[in-house]
Amino acid sequence: MIHARGLARTYHSRRGDVDAVRGVDLDVAAGEIVGFLGPNGAGKTTTLRMLTTLLAPTRGEATVAGIDLRRNPGGVRRRIGYVAQSGSTSGAARAGEEVIDHALLYGVPRSEAAARGRELFGQLELDGLWDRKCSTLSGGQRRRLDIAMGLVHIPQLVFLDEPTTGLDPQARANLWVHVRALRDDRGSTVFLTTHYLEEADALCDRILVIDHGSIVAEGTPEELKQRVSGDAVVLTATRPNDIARLVAISGALPGAGAPTVDGTVVEVRVPAGRTLLAGLLRALDADGIELAGVELRRPTLDDVFLTLTGRSLRDGEPPDGPVDRTATSDGAAA
Amino acid sequence: MTATTGPTVLEPDGRAPIRDPEPARGTFVHDTLVVFRRAMRISLRNPVWSIMGLLQPVLYLSLFGPLLEPLAPALGAANAYQLFVPGLLVQLGMFGARFVGFGLIAEWRDGVIESERVTPAPRSALVLGRVLRDVLVILVQGVVLVATAFLFGLDAPLGGIALGIVSAALLGAAFASLSYAVALTLKSEDALAPLLNGIALPLLLLSGILLPITAASAPSWLNHLSDVNPLKHIVSGIRAEFAGDITSSTALWGYGLTVVLVGLGLWFGTRTFRNEDG
Repeated sequence: MIHARGLARTYHSRRGDVDAVRGVDLDVAAGEIVGFLGPNGAGKTTTLRMLTTLLAPTRGEATVAGIDLRRNPGGVRRRIGYVAQSGSTSGAARAGEEVIDHALLYGVPRSEAAARGRELFGQLELDGLWDRKCSTLSGGQRRRLDIAMGLVHIPQLVFLDEPTTGLDPQARANLWVHVRALRDDRGSTVFLTTHYLEEADALCDRILVIDHGSIVAEGTPEELKQRVSGDAVVLTATRPNDIARLVAISGALPGAGAPTVDGTVVEVRVPAGRTLLAGLLRALDADGIELAGVELRRPTLDDVFLTLTGRSLRDGEPPDGPVDRTATSDGAAA
Repeated sequence: MTATTGPTVLEPDGRAPIRDPEPARGTFVHDTLVVFRRAMRISLRNPVWSIMGLLQPVLYLSLFGPLLEPLAPALGAANAYQLFVPGLLVQLGMFGARFVGFGLIAEWRDGVIESERVTPAPRSALVLGRVLRDVLVILVQGVVLVATAFLFGLDAPLGGIALGIVSAALLGAAFASLSYAVALTLKSEDALAPLLNGIALPLLLLSGILLPITAASAPSWLNHLSDVNPLKHIVSGIRAEFAGDITSSTALWGYGLTVVLVGLGLWFGTRTFRNEDG
């Protein structure tokens, strides 16, 4: 459904060239939900804007929905849906009319556009908001309206740019249900960007990790987690003078990495931590070491990201997530 | 997707990008009307801007027009409003359309422009649909302005007046396109306002809309400077139309320059919408 080779974008500025995307190779098969994961500024949105024809690539080739991106951007546009990070509806317009007008620009007949729009409003729990002015909708409602806009022409391939940024956890989980339904009920292919690890983990069949404008890893969430060397065993000592022996014993576990100490907490990475835990506890007990707590942590995508890039994904998060919709009032002018 | 675009055509290596099996529809007129109707609907729900746009020329007409009445014979006109209303129409076309860019920046911030650019609609339709709304608004404003001028004592042939209003509306199309293009380039109200004022005010002053700039009335440097301003010739053209000389060379120059400005404006506007960084 998507094949890109060496897709790159360089911005020219007065301070020199900035390589926003350095050369991305990616393949997405029909019917997949693929997550594009990376911190802010990693090149997610730039890549997405290239794949959706909004930005011309500086270098590289891509076919999107079977159409050559460079030679026939119009053909790509007819086949894809795009839900932008910045929204898609005017605050001064009414929700239902925006959806119909959007569908009309895809050549969908008016009556069909209205029927599909109303159906989507039902599915996305926007009932009763058809005639509401968009500026009066809540953040979550308006985000779901954006999704209705992106789906009203029934595209086979849907791009979602940070679909849940700025939503509360409940609204986010709700939206995941809708995204899954796109694939399960309609057979659509979904390509979404996110900087929420739990979102990528919960939603995506496959994840591409981008950092500094290049893809640094790809695989299913499980595959990626397996790339992190094992589980973390976290031991909290009761008495500080047990720490040295705790380090010695845990560090001697088969395949263990070097334990790290933080106060009375000792953390060590071991392959297959589950199978070692019982033996470890017996050994500590036999040595007379008293524990305040034991924890076995499976690797998270955050660990994956840390391993791959040397920094936590969360370091890259902006202080506030939500998209800025605050400036200026209604846009009607004559 | 139709059967021909299925993944089997591309898999396993995607080396053969297929030709578009359904070539672009002839959508220009259809999509222009969709954009026009949407813009018109939004304007009608919030007509404050359209009324404000009319306020300025009506104020000029009522508070400045009477001052011209005793001057009319000296300026070579029998009726002061025959001279003055064409200038106000041009002012309406320019100032009414100048600020449509602000509405576009608000739409851009809401993500509307991006979501329209990702549809297959021709970029020219995205501009022209909005410009048509602006033209229609100016046409209505022009009719109201002229009707008000009749109350003050305007005397001019109806055919000439109609042509004058249409010219003003077309001028509005040119300035609306320009305003859209600049707005989408700057993406900031704070930058747009001074730039548009910086362009519009000298153009307006050098067009002789309040008092005609002629070899007799102005110093020669001012007269020559104003001669390179197309707006001056458009105002002169509308004045000729108001005087009934709708096929005089002055009027023809006015029509010609108006059409050229509209063409340039739409080209510029469409180019900005097509621009990859739009």
